[in-house]
Amino acid sequence: MLIVEQVLNGLQLGVMLFLLAAGLTLVLGIMNLINLAHGSLYMIGAFVAASVAGWTGSFVLGLLAALPAAALVGMAIEVVALRRLYARDHLDQVLATFGLILFFNELVSIVWGPRALFLDTPRWLSGAVEILPGLPYPAYRLAVLAVGLAVAVFLAWLVRRTRLGMLIRAGATNREMVAALGVNIRLLYTLVFGLGAMLAGLAGVMAGPIYAVEVGMGEHILILTFVVIVIGGIGSIRGALAGALLVGLVDTLGRAFLPTLFGAAMGPAAASGVGASLASMAIYIVMAAVLALRPRGLFPVHG
Amino acid sequence: MNKRLIALAVGMVLATSPAAAAQAVKIGMITTLSGGGSALGIDIRDGFQLAVDQGGGKLGGVAVELIVEDDARKPAKATDIAQRMLNRDKVDIMTGIVWSNLAIAVVPKVTRAGVFYISPNAGPSLLAGKGCHPNYFNVAWQNDNLHEAMGQYLTDKGYDNVYLLAPNYPAGKDALNGFKRFYKGGIAGEVYTKLGQKDYAAEIAALRAAKPDGVFFFLPGGMGISFLKQYDQAGLTRQIPVFGPAFSFDQTILAAVGEAALGVINTSQWSKDLDNPANKAFVAGFKAAYGRLPSLYASQGYDAARLIGAALAATGGNVADKDAFRDALRAAGFESVRGKFRFGPNHHPIQDIYVRQVVKEDGVLTNKVIGKAFTDHADAYAALCKM
Repeated sequence: MLIVEQVLNGLQLGVMLFLLAAGLTLVLGIMNLINLAHGSLYMIGAFVAASVAGWTGSFVLGLLAALPAAALVGMAIEVVALRRLYARDHLDQVLATFGLILFFNELVSIVWGPRALFLDTPRWLSGAVEILPGLPYPAYRLAVLAVGLAVAVFLAWLVRRTRLGMLIRAGATNREMVAALGVNIRLLYTLVFGLGAMLAGLAGVMAGPIYAVEVGMGEHILILTFVVIVIGGIGSIRGALAGALLVGLVDTLGRAFLPTLFGAAMGPAAASGVGASLASMAIYIVMAAVLALRPRGLFPVHG
Repeated sequence: MNKRLIALAVGMVLATSPAAAAQAVKIGMITTLSGGGSALGIDIRDGFQLAVDQGGGKLGGVAVELIVEDDARKPAKATDIAQRMLNRDKVDIMTGIVWSNLAIAVVPKVTRAGVFYISPNAGPSLLAGKGCHPNYFNVAWQNDNLHEAMGQYLTDKGYDNVYLLAPNYPAGKDALNGFKRFYKGGIAGEVYTKLGQKDYAAEIAALRAAKPDGVFFFLPGGMGISFLKQYDQAGLTRQIPVFGPAFSFDQTILAAVGEAALGVINTSQWSKDLDNPANKAFVAGFKAAYGRLPSLYASQGYDAARLIGAALAATGGNVADKDAFRDALRAAGFESVRGKFRFGPNHHPIQDIYVRQVVKEDGVLTNKVIGKAFTDHADAYAALCKM
């Protein structure tokens, strides 16, 4: 029973990571840009949703306001700053986007103040649902799971079945050739970046009622997100989904069961230390193992 | 001739010293004003500034110049700023640091340079015990104190199966050690989580399975907000009560947690409803100046300034006579907003620690004192301090 609940928890964390990883992997895989400021877009999504929901009392309106806001901010930074960085070294990109993190953290604390904001679950999702007899599970977490899976299906359809998706794939393989065929590649990149930003904003909104909505909230989760896309294979949506679910499950199950396992072996005092430390390391161990066996990730993008 | 020159020189020095005394005493404040956790530093600064403003730019009747710099919660940045304040600005007194790891990096440098450091928050055990220093004073608490108080409270209330939760870093371990120093009941489970962790679903499921009669947690900042929200969503708020130090139920945090915090018991050395004239003046002044309710951190910043003010008043603003100024600080001749206050032998507070409950006042979540966990409580490390 506990295992079922913990697996669900793991899947839900994985789906949350997927929402962030999908945008990041698209930008990194297709535009070859390392965007550390992805977490800032997640933060902006959460803050906009929290304030709109605070004014109107409606979570849905908050969500509807946050998505275009994150997409617009994303496209603005692509046009203003990142466009100049595509041809540059990855180190320059890391420096510039790290600067953007500082900029957005400061901007958010100027606009909203330094204190954390409040974003509640919508009333119709606030209770718990009995998924198995005697096993209540928060309805909101189930909703996050559903939203994440819906986004995965939508992205698969977008990339594989639509003209935009075809252009995205073509642009990733050979940028110059696509441009020579008369496609406005700059506009395409801006759109892709906006899509990634919107997904980050969506992740921020979904995270708001569960996690703290505070300045700097995007940084911790960004590290996990990078682990996800490295495991999944850079540029692959399928890889991002697989990597995210794997990281979510390993992290949650590790935290849930490693301390107990060690407790049986070596007594509670030592175990809580060793177990907790090992649980924090688990995802990195998994990442190292995956990279040792498949250096380009689980689902490498061919080309 | 020579003698006359010396006499002249001495005369000049004597002539300039009243001018020097009239010059403002320089106070360097290093605190966290940007990034995560900046709400705490900003409240410390605002509380301190309020005391200066109430004195018309003076503390204890002596003009002060406050130099404030942002450490962004980074130890390396804090040590750089400290170096600059000591060498270039030649500050007389320093204060402001929020986090224990930054305090451990900065404070020994400052005190060794012969400058006084007044801590408005961080109280790591190292600086209270073996690493204590005559020039170091902590006006808030030693890190363990509020956790110890909660341990005592739960023992008094007869809890016998409590689940413990803290982040896996030194202050988290100190917290649970402090709690266990005074908690005598059984322990249902003891879990150390990752520092900065956001998702507590796994821990909450395990906790529910352990069926404790209470939960004690120390998860400062955003971690506590996330934990409480998720605990509430899991439907546990009405089933298993949570307890913690004031940090997770402070004014800077309550609005973000929402109704999930209502009714929770927490321990603190200060509360805005403590009935004494200094506190009334502080709370009203803070609200008027900044348009928000003061937090625990603001009260500590305010007390730090007023402690300095009392010592400046007693010495007539002469910080150069270190021994006299130190004695004046040690006397703590100010009205603390928490009521009774004095320093122990290691320059850490001996004070009462209260039990508070989160209530709703005029639609705003805040705390109300409902009892006292300790009277004249001193920290556990004083004996290790050799000054």
